[in-house]
Amino acid sequence: MELDFGPIIQKELPFFIEGALVSIKLTALSVLIGIVIGVFVGLGRISNNFIIKGISSIYVEVIRGTPLLVQILIIYYGLPQILGFKLPMFLAAISSLGINSGGYVAEIVRAGIQSIDKGQMEAAQSLGMTYAQAMRYIILPQAFKRIIPPLGNEFITLLKNSSLLTAIGYSELTRRGQIIASVTYKPFEPLITVAAFYLIMTTTFSKILSHVEGRLRVSD
Amino acid sequence: MIKVRGLYKNFGNLEVLKGIDDEVKKGEVVCVIGPSGSGKSTYLRCLNLLEEPTKGEIFINGISLTDKKTNINKMRQNVGMVFQQFNLFPHKNVIENITLAPIKIKKVPEKEAKEAAMELLNKVGLADKAESYPSQLSGGQKQRVAIARALAMSPEVMLFDEPTSALDPEMIKEVLDVMKQLVEEGMTMIVVTHEMGFAREVGDRVMFMDDGRIVEQGPPGELFGNPQNPRTQEFLSKIL
Ligand SMILES: Nc1ncnc2c1ncn2[C@@H]1O[C@H](COP(=O)(O)OP(=O)(O)O)[C@@H](O)[C@H]1O
Ligand SMILES: [Mg+2]
Repeated sequence: MELDFGPIIQKELPFFIEGALVSIKLTALSVLIGIVIGVFVGLGRISNNFIIKGISSIYVEVIRGTPLLVQILIIYYGLPQILGFKLPMFLAAISSLGINSGGYVAEIVRAGIQSIDKGQMEAAQSLGMTYAQAMRYIILPQAFKRIIPPLGNEFITLLKNSSLLTAIGYSELTRRGQIIASVTYKPFEPLITVAAFYLIMTTTFSKILSHVEGRLRVSD
Repeated sequence: MIKVRGLYKNFGNLEVLKGIDDEVKKGEVVCVIGPSGSGKSTYLRCLNLLEEPTKGEIFINGISLTDKKTNINKMRQNVGMVFQQFNLFPHKNVIENITLAPIKIKKVPEKEAKEAAMELLNKVGLADKAESYPSQLSGGQKQRVAIARALAMSPEVMLFDEPTSALDPEMIKEVLDVMKQLVEEGMTMIVVTHEMGFAREVGDRVMFMDDGRIVEQGPPGELFGNPQNPRTQEFLSKIL
């Protein structure tokens, strides 16, 4: 058995780099969607309104209790049957990852808010602030700092999970490894290359994240 | 100015307040004493609805707090509260801690709010700490900022829940001095405290609470000098 990474490095590197950038872009957009959903659902989870609380809890349960791959398949292949049209692949990709991420971010947001001392809300309300004002000016800015590190981890998780988009044929990093493999009939080298790319991206991001965490701790 | 009628508060099955009736006049200083767990904090927190009464009524300037139609946020602006644990906003510096509520709630222009805050800081002796963050202050300084923060909303009543209990002994006096100054200015105050010297000196009335009830109350001279109820006697004998 002979391994030869030569052709990949010489000819296909740009193809993989492009794939890696696609994966990062998809992940970043999805996390952004996830944050927007997550803030609302996270606030909903601690709401006193039992309808809002119920809906938010169901959302989180469903997202976390079903496989991401199934969620992706439902949105790309299942939904058209109901909508009557197919979502563009890009939209299906970021919405399925984003909706999924929203469920996890919601829990991060909820935990972040609940980690803030109860006295903060009481002090704010005793000054006459409404619940919403206290959240906006007092609780969320403090919770935000504590949310950043787990949010970074969510980004890393989602970056790896974005490889599941291969299942709908999206030409992100993993899919590109498969394409090269099917052309050359030598799957090992391209797949190892793909793995190496993920590893470089996740470790780099982890480094950045721990740096940011350090900075946040200093400013506490 | 504050009227309490038949106030009850339960936490689940635990009955914490068992029928409180009281009336606080404008300018009056009421000191609340009693053993730990007797419901002092709960009583104080009911007065600005941080705890919702299970039963009974609370009126401030004739307006019912428990009436669903009452704008509770508006009412709270008029009732300042100082907590044992200070509860300053750690992500804001001292001046922001004080000006935030006037600016955001009362829509006071920023410049005006800052000037008023500086005046308050002068009053509590911390003008040089305006730009400091709470983490850079001592306990006594934090509590004085907390008092200034509450005063910035120009409340008619101030509630203090053991304001010196979390402080090192050498810092207690600086906080009590600020409170005494408020008394002199005629502020209406309800103070839960273990500082019997303070209660004796500035209290118009001392209220002894035990087991969710007002057991005995009266002018400090009488309550400390000649307590009538055996429970009051027992409590005082333990702490004096
Ligand atoms: N949020 C709460 N939930 C359940 N029990 C509480 C709560 N707050 C206070 N209690 C209980 O109510 C009783 C009175 O508490 P508190 O008013 O804090 O007493 P004090 O201030 O006189 O020490 C205590 O037994 C306490 O455990
Ligand atoms: Mg207490």
